[in-house]
Amino acid sequence: MTGAGVLEILRPGALTTVQDLGRVGLAHLGVPRSGALDSPAHRLANRLVGNAPGAATLETTLTGCAVCPDRAVVAAVTGAPCPVRIDGRPAPWGAAVRVPGGAVLEVGAARAGVRGYLAVAGGVGVEPVLGSRSTDLLSGLGPAPLSAGARLPVGPASGPVPWADAVASAAPGPPSGELVLPLVPGPRDDWFTPGALRALARGIYRVSAESNRVGLRTEGPALERAVRGELPSEGMVAGAVQVPPGGEPIVFLADHPTTGGYPVVGVVPREALAAAAQAVPGLRVRFVPLRR
Amino acid sequence: MGRRALLLEVGGTGRAQALHAELVRLREAGELPEVEEIVPAAATVLLDGVEEPGALARWLQGREFPGAAPAGTAAVVLPVRYDGPDLAGVAALWGVDEEEAVAIHTRTEFRVAFCGFAPGFGYLTGLPGELGVPRRAVPRTSVPPGSVGLAGAYTGVYPRTSPGGWQLIGRTDAVLWDVCREPAALLAPGTRVRFEAVT
Repeated sequence: MTGAGVLEILRPGALTTVQDLGRVGLAHLGVPRSGALDSPAHRLANRLVGNAPGAATLETTLTGCAVCPDRAVVAAVTGAPCPVRIDGRPAPWGAAVRVPGGAVLEVGAARAGVRGYLAVAGGVGVEPVLGSRSTDLLSGLGPAPLSAGARLPVGPASGPVPWADAVASAAPGPPSGELVLPLVPGPRDDWFTPGALRALARGIYRVSAESNRVGLRTEGPALERAVRGELPSEGMVAGAVQVPPGGEPIVFLADHPTTGGYPVVGVVPREALAAAAQAVPGLRVRFVPLRR
Repeated sequence: MGRRALLLEVGGTGRAQALHAELVRLREAGELPEVEEIVPAAATVLLDGVEEPGALARWLQGREFPGAAPAGTAAVVLPVRYDGPDLAGVAALWGVDEEEAVAIHTRTEFRVAFCGFAPGFGYLTGLPGELGVPRRAVPRTSVPPGSVGLAGAYTGVYPRTSPGGWQLIGRTDAVLWDVCREPAALLAPGTRVRFEAVT
């Protein structure tokens, strides 16, 4: 690497991975897209420190992380709101901050939401795999989930830090009260009974603790199939709501498999997936079918 | 399929392979409107990352598509030691002895219909439907890389160690998937494949 610095992981939290915008154009080989689950928050973190949107950030899960740069670096934390501390002193969340070399940057536990994004000016400079630095937990591509003591290269800063007082963001923030997921019906809604489709639209679902980067699992009324038998494997997209034999819908997120054999009752538009990425286990989920 | 994708149903694996090959050709020729992914599967081709699916659907409807995939390049030959733990069971399901089961498998011309399950895992068609075998009732927790398995009428080769429920008939030393190699996948949709028995 260019010797622009090293970021040492002191505390990886529940799960911290390197993420960018993912691997594009390889789904036909069985390679998931991967990439930041809350893409608007990832992009915002990069913008705050003057990076391009595709620079790699650290994606934290619920409990944050702690890192130490070996030289001064500009950083920003976005996504799930949380306390930020530099050498124990409170620092702003959602803004660029200067972290001195050797200081400890602590990304605290999320006050709401699930995934936080830590960007450093220059981006996390691990070697890309198939055009992306993202950790793909389904297929094991990209760097392993971070552990304490891991040392990550920092890329050369690409431009000046904006030091803006306020930045408009497309990041919706964590859903409060309930997660509303619009749903474009199909392609396999006809594999379910009319009663199942009513249950999906009116039933109360909750985010399952089994959710991960592959999918947001839900618990609620099981959807009854009208068509028995097996669906031949077909291509899957992010936001696809797949219904396995148990009947409880799974919303596919970034690390979803590229093909699958369970029917997809509908697809959540991409714009709504950032909120899904921030939905904590137990949160109520409401599916709102749209016109096709 | 959602707001940014089209799932094209063609009714069969051969037609899906043909449509996939033609769509890839059109993209390489610069004729296909922009898409991020072209993903063939058992009876469909998915176009994902499409800005205007409605316009693309109309464009597709106005075209003729071939019913069969082109012959393509020379077959990839995979040397296999046919000593898998499920070879005897597969031979019994086929009503032949193990030697004949190997002969059937090695004289079949396969083609990668589509990939999935893991990067570089191809679903190979070529065996007739009546030689389809069920998945194992209890999947193995760990299948070594290079294992050659059967499920339904598909043959597949595990690119890396993973759990798996396919009936294992042998093992190859060929490297199916290597991110440091260009291309990373030995078997991509459309690739023709033959298996060769080695000891």
